[in-house]
Amino acid sequence: MEALGRAGIFLAQSAIGVPSREGWRLWLQQMHFVGVLSLAIVLVSGLFIGMVLALQGYTLLVDFGAEQALGQMVALSLLRELAPVVAALLFAGRAGSALTAEIGLMKATEQLTSMEMIGVDPLRRVVAPRLWAGFVALPILTVGFSVVGIWGGYLVGVEWLGVFEGSYWSNMQSSVSFTNDVGNGMIKSAVFAVVVTWIAVFQGYDLIPTSEGISRATTRTVVYSSLAVLGLDFVLTAVMFGGL
Amino acid sequence: MRRSKTMEFGVGLFMIAGILGVIFLGLRVSGLTLSAPTQSFQLEANFANIGGLKPRARVTMAGVTVGRVESIELDTEWYDARVVLRLNSELEGQLSRDSTAAILTAGLLGEQYIGLSVGGDPETLAAGDTIRDTQSALVLEELIQQFVSNMASN
Repeated sequence: MEALGRAGIFLAQSAIGVPSREGWRLWLQQMHFVGVLSLAIVLVSGLFIGMVLALQGYTLLVDFGAEQALGQMVALSLLRELAPVVAALLFAGRAGSALTAEIGLMKATEQLTSMEMIGVDPLRRVVAPRLWAGFVALPILTVGFSVVGIWGGYLVGVEWLGVFEGSYWSNMQSSVSFTNDVGNGMIKSAVFAVVVTWIAVFQGYDLIPTSEGISRATTRTVVYSSLAVLGLDFVLTAVMFGGL
Repeated sequence: MRRSKTMEFGVGLFMIAGILGVIFLGLRVSGLTLSAPTQSFQLEANFANIGGLKPRARVTMAGVTVGRVESIELDTEWYDARVVLRLNSELEGQLSRDSTAAILTAGLLGEQYIGLSVGGDPETLAAGDTIRDTQSALVLEELIQQFVSNMASN
């Protein structure tokens, strides 16, 4: 409970504040690290998940003679669930753990304390750019995941299994709604972005500054953010699609 | 400085890729169109039973999509379903007054849509008019029930 309170104050203090020119450059640096460098793992996973969805969906749907609905199935399951959740889990593993370890090591080697000594606020200098980079990067990664996944589904379904190309796209277009499916998926991924980055950065900032503390905090980052993403996903799905 | 330039370029590319991705999702996957919404007009039709018809379902004529279902609500006067159709304006004043609307199903398990067919009346339907001659959705359970009760009476 205390930790939650500390985390809340921490988020409020570091996320608020006008970014200076220097802050903008730091943000760009972090954007490169958490966003651009995560692109490869997210896109490759997206491709394979789309392909597996198409393969599994085809074997199931072909029994009912409904393989035309393949595009719809791949697109809806990717946009609504898989892209936000899997991208957030990968992001927690790829970028979140690195953020925790980096900030934790800064704390352990007393870089943060020395910044305070020379009058630089570590919340604004170290933490804020990382938080904002995470907030922006994950939704973009999620979009990439969906696009590549749908393309992977197209590759397997249309090119290899021989579903008619026109029905793949037109069934998708008639069933996917931009505000309900794409929009809600984006809202989900924005929520996950805030939660995962917040957990990662806070765990790094709040850890016990020993090598054991760093390893524990890194583990906690991945465990907590995975659980938070999956739990929140259920709540958000219930609110958005379950009619609660 | 050199490294910083390539980094800025990479981040810029990343953001542009994100925007392009959203555009792809909008246009290709959810079927939005960039062109201004086509001119349209509304007709109403009352059905005794709409089965599984949903808003945004297709309205077709001879198999060609000519519009969409705008809304569906219960008409409390007659206790049947009032379906508002939004059709392309090129059909305005072209549909005869005795045109029929039927709820059809695409394939055995497919989605339901409305099929219009033109009658022979020289007078035409104007915007906001109601199509009188309608044919309800085929509900599989009712058919089976009829079949079973016929079997029993025989």
